[in-house]
Amino acid sequence: MEYEAVIGLEVHLHLKTRTKAFCGCSTEFGNTPNTQACPVCLGFPGSLPVLNRTALEYALKVALAFNCQIQEFTKFDRKHYYYPDLPKNYQISQYDLPLSRNGFLDIKLDGKIKRIGITRAHLEEDAGKLIHAENFTLVDFNRAGIPLLEIVSDPDINSPQEAYEYLTALKSTIEYLDVSDCDMEKGSLRCDANISIRPKGAKELGTKTELKNMNSFKAVRDALVFEIKRQTGLQDLGQAIVQETRLWDEKSQQTLAMRSKEEAKDYRYFPDPDLPQFIISKEKIAEIQNTIGELPQEKMQRFIKDYGLSQYHAKILVDNKEDAAYAEICLRGYPQKDKKVVTNWLVGPIAAIASDNAVSISGLGIEPKDTIELIGFVENGKISNLVGKSVLAQMAKTHKSPALIISEQNLVQISDEASLERDVNLVIQENPKVVQDYKTGKESSIMFLVGQVMKKTGGKANPKVVQEILKRRL
Amino acid sequence: MELYQLTAHQLNEKIDKGEATPESIIASLDKRIQEVDHKVGAYVRHSEFRVQSSEFRVKGIPISIKDNICTAGYPTECCSKILEGFKPPYDATVIRKLKEAGLDIMPLKTNMDEFAFGSSTENSCFGPTHNPWDLERVPGGSSGGSAAAVAADEAVWALGTDTGGSIRQPAAFCGVVGMKPTYGRVSRYGLIAFASSLDQIGPLTKDTRDAALLMNIISGYEPRDSTSVDTAVPDYTKALVNDIGGIRIGIPKEYFIAGINPEVKKAIEEAIDKLKILGAVCKEVSLPHTEYAVPVYYIIATAEASSNLARFDGVQYGFRKSDQDMIEMYKKTRGEAFGEEAKRRVILGTFVLSHGYYDAYYLKALKVRTLIKQDFDRVFKDCDCILTPTTPTPAFKIGEKTDDPLKMYLSDIYTISANLAGIPGISVPCGFTKEGLPVGLQLLARHFAEETLFKVAYSYEQSTPWHSMKPKI
Amino acid sequence: MAIEKKTIEDVAYLARIELKEAQLDKLSAELKDILDFIDKLNKLDVKGVLPTSHILPLENVLRSDHPVESLSLEQTLENAPQKEKSFFVVPKVIE
Repeated sequence: MEYEAVIGLEVHLHLKTRTKAFCGCSTEFGNTPNTQACPVCLGFPGSLPVLNRTALEYALKVALAFNCQIQEFTKFDRKHYYYPDLPKNYQISQYDLPLSRNGFLDIKLDGKIKRIGITRAHLEEDAGKLIHAENFTLVDFNRAGIPLLEIVSDPDINSPQEAYEYLTALKSTIEYLDVSDCDMEKGSLRCDANISIRPKGAKELGTKTELKNMNSFKAVRDALVFEIKRQTGLQDLGQAIVQETRLWDEKSQQTLAMRSKEEAKDYRYFPDPDLPQFIISKEKIAEIQNTIGELPQEKMQRFIKDYGLSQYHAKILVDNKEDAAYAEICLRGYPQKDKKVVTNWLVGPIAAIASDNAVSISGLGIEPKDTIELIGFVENGKISNLVGKSVLAQMAKTHKSPALIISEQNLVQISDEASLERDVNLVIQENPKVVQDYKTGKESSIMFLVGQVMKKTGGKANPKVVQEILKRRL
Repeated sequence: MELYQLTAHQLNEKIDKGEATPESIIASLDKRIQEVDHKVGAYVRHSEFRVQSSEFRVKGIPISIKDNICTAGYPTECCSKILEGFKPPYDATVIRKLKEAGLDIMPLKTNMDEFAFGSSTENSCFGPTHNPWDLERVPGGSSGGSAAAVAADEAVWALGTDTGGSIRQPAAFCGVVGMKPTYGRVSRYGLIAFASSLDQIGPLTKDTRDAALLMNIISGYEPRDSTSVDTAVPDYTKALVNDIGGIRIGIPKEYFIAGINPEVKKAIEEAIDKLKILGAVCKEVSLPHTEYAVPVYYIIATAEASSNLARFDGVQYGFRKSDQDMIEMYKKTRGEAFGEEAKRRVILGTFVLSHGYYDAYYLKALKVRTLIKQDFDRVFKDCDCILTPTTPTPAFKIGEKTDDPLKMYLSDIYTISANLAGIPGISVPCGFTKEGLPVGLQLLARHFAEETLFKVAYSYEQSTPWHSMKPKI
Repeated sequence: MAIEKKTIEDVAYLARIELKEAQLDKLSAELKDILDFIDKLNKLDVKGVLPTSHILPLENVLRSDHPVESLSLEQTLENAPQKEKSFFVVPKVIE
């Protein structure tokens, strides 16, 4: 029997506001436990919430970037459950009137575009953190109250790879908006998955399981792969799938049923009486929309169209917003129509040096005009490609212009035949056997001789010219 | 004349004239508390604290605070075992405002029904408060401690809280002035919440002038409170004028049907006559949804209470019943440390919010609330204020209603609607029964019309002797 | 409206309140009376009536994103029934 998977993803995103959702405590990461808390986020008796304007604006920005319809009238509801990391034993969240609905995100798979629907995106507050010791549990409330955007996808995803693409596309767009660090390791992006399988072509949905505890996009994909196999195995044996929550265990690479018995959840949602309604006007929506700017998908298409880039290269260049801006200045500024050489430098040697220095290409401190100048020097033969790479390294270190470095170190490629005569003659004299090999038909031997001339000239000889001289002589 | 017998404005005058100092005022109060509080029980933990001037910086006139309003560094326990020993790390907004105005906060908190759940101050983990007019009777609730303290001259003035009548009803039972402001007029920041959409903090005082003075201080916008209203606070003392000629007072017929004590009815009718003599124009009006107010209240208030009390679980503060298992710790802590009425309300509130019952109970109650509010809107179109008895009966005996929760809930019948509509209300003394028990007169006005209430209440007060009569304890 | 003891047990669990058998019986009877009383709301037709969640016409109450001083560690932990270094301590939670 052939099955297809039906997957929905629920992403919780930390919005990187300076303060928490409902109080003025700092949201900085990594400080001493329980030093970023106040009566409000601790849920002390008598405290009251007030919504952070920036959290609302960031949430709207994300919702609009994913083409969601914004709810004109939105409110907050209390979601009740008991857990030690939840100070009030209810979470301020949104239930039936979330601030946005019915959006979408396009992913590219096998050259085709697939649209994944976004059911809703709403604001809520995060809980604290638990640290489990041998015989007790420790609670840290620094994280309690940090604003979260919960983004729920439609169950339009049909494979683990699609899930992976969805998450990378989501992250790429959100990074462009600069509203979250989207870092699964640091916990600023969390993802749960809902998955069921059904016979291929069937309309009805199978029983779904919820997967939690995945700490990377890869883990999400791996967990889904495992779960599809598990559910398929059960179905093939005629056994039923239990609706349950399963935790991904990275070590053993499998999903495991939770130990505690799950009870049907009754969250007793009701409108939070401490928070009046929020009206989101058309003007406000337009104002936020104007702050969005070009998103990665659009930019990628434009790079392909305007600069003739391949999809592969365009995708690499747009991945980081600042790098994309840097690349664009270089592409625009390069005087020739064919920009391929610029792209090759950017995704090749420049990316490599950036990686060595643990920065992005825009973080190297090399001015775009210097990059353009360097590429020009190599293209018009002033310096060889090899020398060009070494000049680049020095540009990264010293931030000097290529012209300056070349003149300081006398790196100009020697292309003038007269200057090369002497060294060419010496090499011919010193390598009679190789010369003989070439004369008797071994074409490749000439490269050895070219190499020798390069050595003698400290790499400055123009290898093409050397090769021509040798060819004429021999 | 003892200093403790005076009102705050009289004490202010004495201080100005050099005839009293904050220290002498404190000493006088201390003397009075030592004299009578073992009978009245208005204060909690009064055996642990003496009100001595050396114990705190004495700057001005002291004010007594109900045990559900946060006072930094000092126990605030809502008279519940589950908040045993809880010392808030911050002052409620009203406390901050009082301090800024130069008042001292009494180090003894006043007794109350646990979490404000009650109409008699019999539900306190510290034991009941006794009505100074008849020690075998309740002072009303849930701000019974504050009302009794003011009536017994154990406090100059006090703050209480009102969710369904908890300031006005004890004010009536104890023969003092009590006001519930418009919802949003006084910030709830620092008030340990019972029902978030109904709670308000307000004054309990010996006369209307003191109430107006307090309202001036505690009212106003608080940016940390999303339900606090940003409109200017008028000088309420300017409304204390003897001029109610032409004022239109509505008397709702639904408040005078069966169940009202005949002596209460008589006192109210005489008060209406008095107000007519003073120039008011009184007419009968109708608030047709009055009979639904109590059920609506008990759905909304308990639902919100069950949510607000979910945080009391022994994790961060208060009482904890230790256990190896987290869920057992929650259940045992809350099972042991919540009083009977608290458990009753939390269970009822959880029930009305639970899956399958939400629409039939909570949602329906919210809709009926709209109808109740609309009743008032209609009446206020051609009335400046509404007059009713504050309570259907005078103070009942201690223990009389504790076996029948429903009977207890029905004693709130006249005060509850004002909380549901968010409108301000005041209770002033308007006479006594033959047994010498105080009777209270309630005035209600539209949103932010406290000045109207003060004008009518003051005019009435100044032409009657009730406010200067004191209980013999 | 009669309310089954099982329902009260379930609700008490939702509210994390331990009730002894005798308390369950008493509560069952009391809640029945209260709910019967509340059921008078069934007489009312509320078609077309909007619910009132907030009595005041407030909207868009917002705060600017500027940090404000938090409580000190000592203040946060002062009332803790059990604490360890800079943490609150609770019974072991098993996931």
